[in-house]
Amino acid sequence: MSSIPMEYYLILSAFMFCVGVAGVLIRRNAIVVFMCIELMLNSANLTLVTFSSYLGNSIGQVFVFFVMTVAAAEAAVGLAIIIAIFRNKKTVNIDEINIFKW
Amino acid sequence: MNIQLILFIVLASVAATSSVVMITRKNAVISAVFLVLNFFALAGLYLLLNAQFIAVVQVIVYAGAIMVLFLFVLMLLNTETEHKLFADKRAIKVFAILISAFVFVQVAYLIFHGSPSRTLTPDEAASVKAGTIQAIGQQLYTNYIIPFEVAGFLLLAATIGALVLAKKKFE
Amino acid sequence: MINLIYLTTLLPLLGFLINGLFGRKIKNEKIVGIIGSATIGLSFLVVLGAFIQTVGLPIESRSNTVELFSWLNVGGLQIKFAYLVDQLSLTMSLIVTGVGFLIHVYSIGYMHGDKGFWRFFAYLNLFIFAMMNLVLGDNFVVLFLGWEGVGLCSYLLIGFWYDRKFEKGTTSQAAKKAFVVNRIGDFGFLLGMFLIYMTFDSLNFKEVFTRAASFPIAESTFGLIALFLFIGATGKSAQIPLFVWLPDAMAGPTPVSALIHAATMVTAGVYMVSRASIIFASAPAIMTVVAVIGLLTALMAASIGLVQNDIKKVLAYSTVSQLGYMFLAAGVGAFSASIFHLMTHAFFKALLFLGAGSVIHGMHDEQNIQKYGGLKKYMPKTYLTFFIATLAISGVPGLSGFFSKDEILWSAYANGGFVFWLIGAITAMLTAFYMFRLVSLTFYGKERFSARGGSGTDGDHHHVHPHESPALMTIPLIILAFLSVVGGYVGIPKIFSGEHGNLFEGWLEPIYAPALAKLESFGSHTHFEEILLMALSVAAALSAIYFALHVYRKNPQIAENVSNKFKGLYNLLLNKYFVDEVYEAAVVQPVQKGSEKFLWKIFDVKFIDGMVNGVASLVEKSSGVVRKIQTGVAQSYAVVMMAGIALVLLWLILSL
Repeated sequence: MSSIPMEYYLILSAFMFCVGVAGVLIRRNAIVVFMCIELMLNSANLTLVTFSSYLGNSIGQVFVFFVMTVAAAEAAVGLAIIIAIFRNKKTVNIDEINIFKW
Repeated sequence: MNIQLILFIVLASVAATSSVVMITRKNAVISAVFLVLNFFALAGLYLLLNAQFIAVVQVIVYAGAIMVLFLFVLMLLNTETEHKLFADKRAIKVFAILISAFVFVQVAYLIFHGSPSRTLTPDEAASVKAGTIQAIGQQLYTNYIIPFEVAGFLLLAATIGALVLAKKKFE
Repeated sequence: MINLIYLTTLLPLLGFLINGLFGRKIKNEKIVGIIGSATIGLSFLVVLGAFIQTVGLPIESRSNTVELFSWLNVGGLQIKFAYLVDQLSLTMSLIVTGVGFLIHVYSIGYMHGDKGFWRFFAYLNLFIFAMMNLVLGDNFVVLFLGWEGVGLCSYLLIGFWYDRKFEKGTTSQAAKKAFVVNRIGDFGFLLGMFLIYMTFDSLNFKEVFTRAASFPIAESTFGLIALFLFIGATGKSAQIPLFVWLPDAMAGPTPVSALIHAATMVTAGVYMVSRASIIFASAPAIMTVVAVIGLLTALMAASIGLVQNDIKKVLAYSTVSQLGYMFLAAGVGAFSASIFHLMTHAFFKALLFLGAGSVIHGMHDEQNIQKYGGLKKYMPKTYLTFFIATLAISGVPGLSGFFSKDEILWSAYANGGFVFWLIGAITAMLTAFYMFRLVSLTFYGKERFSARGGSGTDGDHHHVHPHESPALMTIPLIILAFLSVVGGYVGIPKIFSGEHGNLFEGWLEPIYAPALAKLESFGSHTHFEEILLMALSVAAALSAIYFALHVYRKNPQIAENVSNKFKGLYNLLLNKYFVDEVYEAAVVQPVQKGSEKFLWKIFDVKFIDGMVNGVASLVEKSSGVVRKIQTGVAQSYAVVMMAGIALVLLWLILSL
C-alpha cells in the first residue's frame, strides 16, 4: 500500500472506465453493451475501494456494497427487458431496434 | 521493487488487457468470459488494497452470479456472431474511440495534477482494519441502516420486475 | 381680425370636405357652387379685415404671428403650425382669395352641366386651402405643405376630365407630366430646406432671416441654398428648364388655367424667392442667375407664343413669359416690383383666361384661333374685357400692366445694365405683338368657323352659333377688367407721384429692408433716363401693336408669306424649340429603360428576390443537414454525450 502510489490505481480505473465507454459506443449487440456497462461500474468500484483503503475509512467500501447491489438489480431487470424485446424483434442488434427513429 | 508492486503490475495488466480484449471480440460469449477474467483480476486488486470483504463479494456476486446470468441469457438468445467491428458506421465508431481516448487523457491529467498521494499518508493498520467485515458491517447497521433496507427493497423490486418482464404471457 | 386669419384656410378646407363628401348627393348645382364660392368669399372678407387692421398699425408692428398648434417636435427641431400675417402675406392673400373668388363664381357658369361639377368645386377649394397655407405659413415647413398641396391640386385639376384625349396623349398624361416636373423642382426645394436647417438651425422665417442678416456665413453657403430654392421655384413657376409642364396643363378646364396657372400657383415660386429675399441678396451670383434665367425664359416663351394656334397655348406661353419678368425683377433686387407685377398679372391674365374660356364656351369647345374670327359682334362683353386685358399686358400707358412692367424694365436697366433692359424691351414688343395677333384673329376680320377644312366628315355638321356667356361668367370678367385698369395706380413710380412715393413699394419695404441693405445700393440714375426709357418702351409697344393689327386685321397674307420664307424658324417656334422631344430622349427614355432593364429585371428580380429566397433556401438546406442528427439510435446520442463530457473536462482543465 505505501509503496504503490495511489495514482496507479486511479489511472487503471480511469482506463477501464474509458474502455467501457468505448465499448458501449461501438458494440451493436445489446448484451455486450450491458457487459461494458458492468465494466464501467467496476472501475468506479475500484476507485472507491482505493480511496477507502488509502484513507483508512470503511465508508468507501460500504458504498461499493451498495453499488454492487444496484448493479445486480440493474443487470437482472435489463436482461429481462432484452429477453422481452428479443421475443418481439427476434434480434438483439441495436441497429435494428430503432423504432424511435422518425 | 517489492512483491506488492509486482503483484500490482501483473494484476493491473491482466485487468486492462482483458477489458480491451473484451470489447473487441466478435463472439459475445468470448467477451463474457474475458469479462469474468477481468473481475477476477479486480478481486485480486481489492485484496492488494486490504479490502477483504469486497474482494470476496466481488467474486461471489459479480463473477459468480451476474456473469452467470449474462451467460445464461447469451446462450438462451442464441445470438449470431456479429459482423466485423468496423464494417459499417465507421466514422462514428472511430470518433467514439477517439473521444474515449481523449477523455482518458484528460482524466489522467487531472489525476496527476491533483496528485492525491502528496497530501495523503496511508496508514497500513487503519487500512487493514477498514477492510474487515466487522468495520463494514458496523457502518452498514448503524450509520447506513436505511440505505441498507432500501437496497433490500430494491432487490425485491428487481426480482419482481425481472419476473414480470421475462415470463411468457398467460395463454 | 388678424387672429382670425386661420379662417382663411379653415373655410376652404370645410368647403372641400362638404363638397367632396356630400357633393355627389347634392344634386343641385347651385348649392354646390354657392358652398364652394362662399367659403372663398368669406375668406376674402377675413383677409380684407386683417389688411385694414394691419394698415392701421404702426410700421414696426405690422408683422404678426398667429400660432395654431405645435406640429413637429423631433429632437431639436420644433415646428409650429403658425401663420405670419405681414405685408407680403396679406398682399398675396388678397390676390389669392380675391381673384379666386371671382374665378369660383365664373366656374359656376362655365362648368354648368358637367357631371363632375361637385368634384371640381371640391378640388378648387382644396387648392385655395393649400395656396393659403403656402402664402401664410410662418416657416418653411408650412410653406412646403402648401407647395406640395398646390402641386397635388394642380394634378387633380389638370386631369379633371380624365376620359378626354389631349394632343398626342390623354389629360392624365398631361397631369402626370405637371406633377413629375414639379416634383423635380420640389427636390431642389427640399435640399434647400435641409441646407437652411443645417446652417441656421431653424426653419422659422423670422429666425432664419434675422440670423441670415447677422451671422457671418460663407457666401458659398448662401449661394447653394439660394440655388436649390431657385430650382424649386423654376419647377413651380415654370422657368427654364422646368417650364415644359405649363403648356400641357392647358388640358384642364379653363377656370383651372386661370386660377392655378396664371394667378396663383405659378406665382408661388416668385413669392418664395421674395420671402427669402435676404438669402438671395446674400448670394449675388445666384441673383444674376435668377435674373438671366427669368430674362431668357421671358424671351423664349414670347417667341414661341408668336406662332401658336391654340388660344390657351398662346396664353400659357404668355404666362411663362410674364413669370420670367417677375424673376428678372427679383434677380436685380427689385423684389417689390416683382410682387407688383405678380398682382397686375394676376388681374389681366386671369381675365384673359376667363375671356378665352368664354370664347371657347361660346364656340362649343373649339380652341383653334384659325377657326375663330369676327366674334366681336357675337360676344361684346367678352370682347371688351379681353381687349382691356390685352392693352394691360401690352404695357399701354394708363393701365396696370404699364406701371408694373415699366418698373421692372427700369430696375433691370438701373441694376442690370443696358442689355437687360434691351432684351426686356424686345420681349415686351413680342408680347404686344402676339397678344394683338390673338385679339385680331379671334375677334376681328372674317368669320372662319364654318367648316374650313374641319376635322369631321363634312363641314355643315359643325355649324356653330357663337353666343355671349351668361352673367355668372361675364360679371367676374367685368370686375377683373376694372382691376386691370385701376390696379396699377397703387404702384405709380416716384417720378409721377411726387412726395407720396411708390405706395406699393413703401407698403412692402419693411419686408425687403434687410435684403436691400445687403445689396449694393441702386446706382444713381437720373429722372431723365427713367422717362426716356419709359418713352422708348411705350413707343416700342405701340409700334408692335400697330404692326400686329396691320398684319392680322387687314392683311393676313403677310403672315403667311413670312412664315413660308422663314420656314425653318417658323417650325422651330411652332414646335416650341423641340424642348419636349429633347427631354424625352435625354432624360425620360434613359430613366425608363434603365428602370426596366436594370432596376427591375436585374436588381429587383435577381438581387432582392434572390436575397429573400436565398435566406429561405439557406434555412431549408441547413435544417436538412441538421435533422440527420436525430437517428433514433441511442448509441449515437451517447456519442454526442461523451463528446460533451470531453468538452466539459477540457473546460475544467483549462480553468484550473
